[in-house]
Amino acid sequence: METTNTLSELSHQLVDLFTENSELIEKESTDYMNSFRTKALEDFNKFGLPTKKQEAYRYTNLETYFKGEYFPVLSPENFSLNLTDIFKCDIPELDTYVVLVLNGFYYNKNIYHYLPEEVTITGLAQASKNQNGVFNKHYGKYADTSLDGLAALNTLFAQDGVYIHIPKGVELEKPIQIINICYSFKNLRITHRNLIVAEDNSKVNVVVCDHTLCDKSYLSNSVTEIYAGENSYIAYNKIQNENIKSTQLSNTFIHQEANSHVTSNTISLHGGLIRNNVYVTLNAPGCENNTYGLFFADDHQHIANYAEIRHMQPHCHSDQLFKGILDDEATGTFNGKIYVAKDAQKTEAYQRNNNILLSKTAKMNSKPQLEIYADDVKCSHGATMGQLDNDALFYLRTRGINEKEARHLLMYAFANEVISITNVPHLKERIIELVDKRLRGELSRCNNCTIGCT
Amino acid sequence: MNVEQDKILEEVTGSEYKYGFITDVDTETIPRGLNEDVIRIISAKKNEPEFLLDFRLKAYNHWQTMQMPTWPHLKIPEINYQDIIFYAAPKQKVSPASLDEVDPEILSTFAKLGIPLEEQKRLTGIAVDAVMDSISVKTTFRETLAELGIIFCSFSEAVQEHPDLIKKYMGSVVPYTDNYFAALNSAVFSDGSFCFIPKGVRCPMELSTYFRINAANTGQFERTLIIAEDDSYVSYLEGCTAPMRDENQLHAAIVEIVALENAEVKYSTVQNWYPGNKEGKGGVFNFVTKRGICKGDNSKISWTQVETGSAITWKYPSCILRGNNSVGEFYSVAVTNNHQQADTGTKMIHIGKNSKSTIISKGISAGFGQNSYRGLVKVLKNADNVRNFSQCDSLLLGDKCGAHTFPYLEVDNDSAIIEHEATTSKIGEDQIFYCNQRGIDTETAIGLIINGYAKEVLNKLPMEFAVEAQKLLQISLEGSVG
Amino acid sequence: MSLLKINDLRVAIEGKEILKGINLEINPGEVHAIMGPNGSGKSTLASALAGRDNFNITHGSVQYLDEDLLDMSPEERAKKGMFLGFQYPVEIPGVSMVNFLKTALNEKRKYNNLPPISASDFLKIMREKKELVEIHSNLTNRSVNEGFSGGEKKKNEIFQMAMLEPRLAILDETDSGLDIDALKIVANGVNKLRTKDNATIVITHYQRLLDYIIPDFVHVLYKGRIVKSSGKELAMELEEKGYDWLKEEVV
Repeated sequence: METTNTLSELSHQLVDLFTENSELIEKESTDYMNSFRTKALEDFNKFGLPTKKQEAYRYTNLETYFKGEYFPVLSPENFSLNLTDIFKCDIPELDTYVVLVLNGFYYNKNIYHYLPEEVTITGLAQASKNQNGVFNKHYGKYADTSLDGLAALNTLFAQDGVYIHIPKGVELEKPIQIINICYSFKNLRITHRNLIVAEDNSKVNVVVCDHTLCDKSYLSNSVTEIYAGENSYIAYNKIQNENIKSTQLSNTFIHQEANSHVTSNTISLHGGLIRNNVYVTLNAPGCENNTYGLFFADDHQHIANYAEIRHMQPHCHSDQLFKGILDDEATGTFNGKIYVAKDAQKTEAYQRNNNILLSKTAKMNSKPQLEIYADDVKCSHGATMGQLDNDALFYLRTRGINEKEARHLLMYAFANEVISITNVPHLKERIIELVDKRLRGELSRCNNCTIGCT
Repeated sequence: MNVEQDKILEEVTGSEYKYGFITDVDTETIPRGLNEDVIRIISAKKNEPEFLLDFRLKAYNHWQTMQMPTWPHLKIPEINYQDIIFYAAPKQKVSPASLDEVDPEILSTFAKLGIPLEEQKRLTGIAVDAVMDSISVKTTFRETLAELGIIFCSFSEAVQEHPDLIKKYMGSVVPYTDNYFAALNSAVFSDGSFCFIPKGVRCPMELSTYFRINAANTGQFERTLIIAEDDSYVSYLEGCTAPMRDENQLHAAIVEIVALENAEVKYSTVQNWYPGNKEGKGGVFNFVTKRGICKGDNSKISWTQVETGSAITWKYPSCILRGNNSVGEFYSVAVTNNHQQADTGTKMIHIGKNSKSTIISKGISAGFGQNSYRGLVKVLKNADNVRNFSQCDSLLLGDKCGAHTFPYLEVDNDSAIIEHEATTSKIGEDQIFYCNQRGIDTETAIGLIINGYAKEVLNKLPMEFAVEAQKLLQISLEGSVG
Repeated sequence: MSLLKINDLRVAIEGKEILKGINLEINPGEVHAIMGPNGSGKSTLASALAGRDNFNITHGSVQYLDEDLLDMSPEERAKKGMFLGFQYPVEIPGVSMVNFLKTALNEKRKYNNLPPISASDFLKIMREKKELVEIHSNLTNRSVNEGFSGGEKKKNEIFQMAMLEPRLAILDETDSGLDIDALKIVANGVNKLRTKDNATIVITHYQRLLDYIIPDFVHVLYKGRIVKSSGKELAMELEEKGYDWLKEEVV
């Protein structure tokens, strides 16, 4: 791909890329999946890649990241090695159903021991071919391609990813761990598409780990659609730990039915550019939604969190909390919105964003927004930007703690509010350890990486 | 209780706009529409120096390249600029030497509005510049102020008498390129107020401008310029009303404030333009650019606004905090009732070290009103030790209105402490019942609660304005809980 | 003439019947205590009498000063001298106590065809009443109940009662959350305000308040009905034996 300058030109190139390869892309997909590409193409032609002129992308410039040279992954690679040999999740005692995904494609040698037979974990492409109607009922229903150019782009190129189905009344105790691996000898542009369906009265715990195993540049644009049926419970934890050359655009669309409970928590430990878009629709009364995030940015990293919670029905409760620590020349963005529709009375919605700037050159932009059309609501938001509390620092030092350790303690205390929300036992300790390392500057590259790219 | 409240809402929101009368006075107007000739006519009528005509024409040419902004959270009907009269003046001498030369109709208009222009009738020391349609009718207390070296006159007079000051400062805070309506104003502005406080002078009285739109089909485009030299102080008030007319009227004004070292300027507005009728017909489009620069160290600019009028309000009184230790403040109460819409807030641009800003915004929505707070707090790279605190609350009365908050915080310096808080709530039925139980009826209770809610802002207004604003709030909202 | 006469009052909240036929008569000069376990309907009775709107009165009548109470708005009841001391007084930010009380007092005066009170008279009365109920802190310059401690809120209710001089005061769990000193102050206030013309209903869960406010009658409310009425000795009995024996008796 030629290097060009404007996002609209880049958008045109992506459309061309699709047109040229549409046969290849559509070959492995069902007609139903392909039927979404028409509207996606129309929407992408209209909106293109998001530019800074769009309010939601005001502080994120995608141009630099899209104009790099990437090889588009349009079909699963013939991968001869055993992926489990290359990557092993080293979280001690974390007992999960491990789902490996390689460069956006479901790894077909995944095995799930003792998975209850009514539960389905499989590749998205495979799932689309199952004729039980679940896939067709939910696919493409929540990721509105007219909402965001990146969602349109994903839908245009989507072929594979992970599909999880928890039927009515099933409570899966053991977490499902999706491990997204980027591994290649060239720079890649990756698309993955996930669908998680938790039917009425079900329960599922999903952990997503994003890793890069090579020092190549990766541009990944993912869409995850999550459906929470009546009275269901979903915990969705995402840990992003990728190399500095990587660009991760993660779009999560959550749709909740009556009395469902969804908590998502995204911890961004490392990456080049990370953009997390979370769109939540509370479609029936009694929903509870918690959307949390924690990020650490240094060097020239850019980490952007966008969260939009749409209260469409009365008696729902939502809570957003995003915290960030920024150092060096890093830039961070929080852009959150609470939308309360006209008849969504008795809504309770809260939103908070707290940031710590550690260097003169770090930069943070925050835009917490409320858009409210119902009167009987309790909504609030708050945002702060500041430093470590000097009085607290002094207090700790008078107790004999050296300055470096005192700063570390305070940063950890700041981050802990989000970490403590994680309800997967061994994962929590692991996150604590990773955050600790990250704060000590020992994690300036992604964990476990032997390459040590810079 | 709800049924009863609905009834009260009906009754009270049905109350008539008090200032909706029309004055029968001979008015000189120019033909409708906008083109270069119109601008030349306006400039010629005002006998302007060449540089001002140039400025107007540049602004006009720039305006033609611009688009109406679409980012505000407002539904603005299309405005046909060729259908507006850009200059309307009551026929009279431009600057009457004494009140005897002012048309008695005009005098009685302002008296009816509670703004007597006879100096002896003013109880408190407030100097007034009364502006009707495109021109300034009368400025009171000019001579008293002149003794202190304070210049307080209409903008047109300042152009004639102090062209150097105009040339130096006009457009220095709000350049004509700033935005669509600033460009339009710069091209066609008619009159407004000018105020200059020399070094070391504390202005002994409140200065005030009262704007009145009277003529039909006209736009009002006034321009205010306030310059406070080193160590000076002035408190400035602005009030406005318009007759009830079925068509919308455009008001696009500019206010520029320059505060030099240690200077302090307080600017207060009670905006009560005609808001349109209950069905949303008519009313003023209030698209205003207000900005002050704290140019010198330790300077301070404070904006206080009570916005109850206008069909649509679009304004962001802002501070550029250039001086070290400078202070910017913004206190606002904005009410939208019936079909009113408001997108209002502020910008605090921190450039100087140790600069501080405070934002207190209280939005109140009732009926079908849509009320948005939009504010920017920006800290530039070299602005060390900046402090900002923002509190933006919204109160909803009734289930058909909306309240929205769009803050933008952009921080590029690690020593800044920026705090933003916002809440949205309705008047608690508990609170009303508690008052009822103490024998206070629902209507009075709501008045009490609303004034309590807005108190932080009302307290910032000069005494005489505060009382007026309090009444105004009550009138525009009493009983509107559904 | 009785002050208050409740006749077979039934009240439902959101379709659920809470009060199932209350009968009670209160004459001037009397103090009635209404006791009962949690959830028996004590606060519902107080709120219904004060005119809270989400209470649906399904049956019965209430005469207040020989007029139909249920026909009156809450403020009308207040102007006619009914006062409810809230269990949880609400905070009203930005509304100063002075402004609030002055408005309330003048509304009542207007109702009685009296001119508004002058600022100096008002402050004088306020000083007197503050002393009467032993409020020393500067409650008056603050917003209504905002940032008050639990004890301060309750004292503030008694203070307002002193200011408004009600004919019938209903004190809803005014003793809950008070330490013994605050309790004494509250009780003293109530006793000092007692006259031969007014009456008080003291609603409480515990007997200890009744050590300081001696009632003429004690009623036990249980599952929406008054199951026992007697003199003040009943309170002692309840303190000793709890409510269980009564429950058994009812069954």
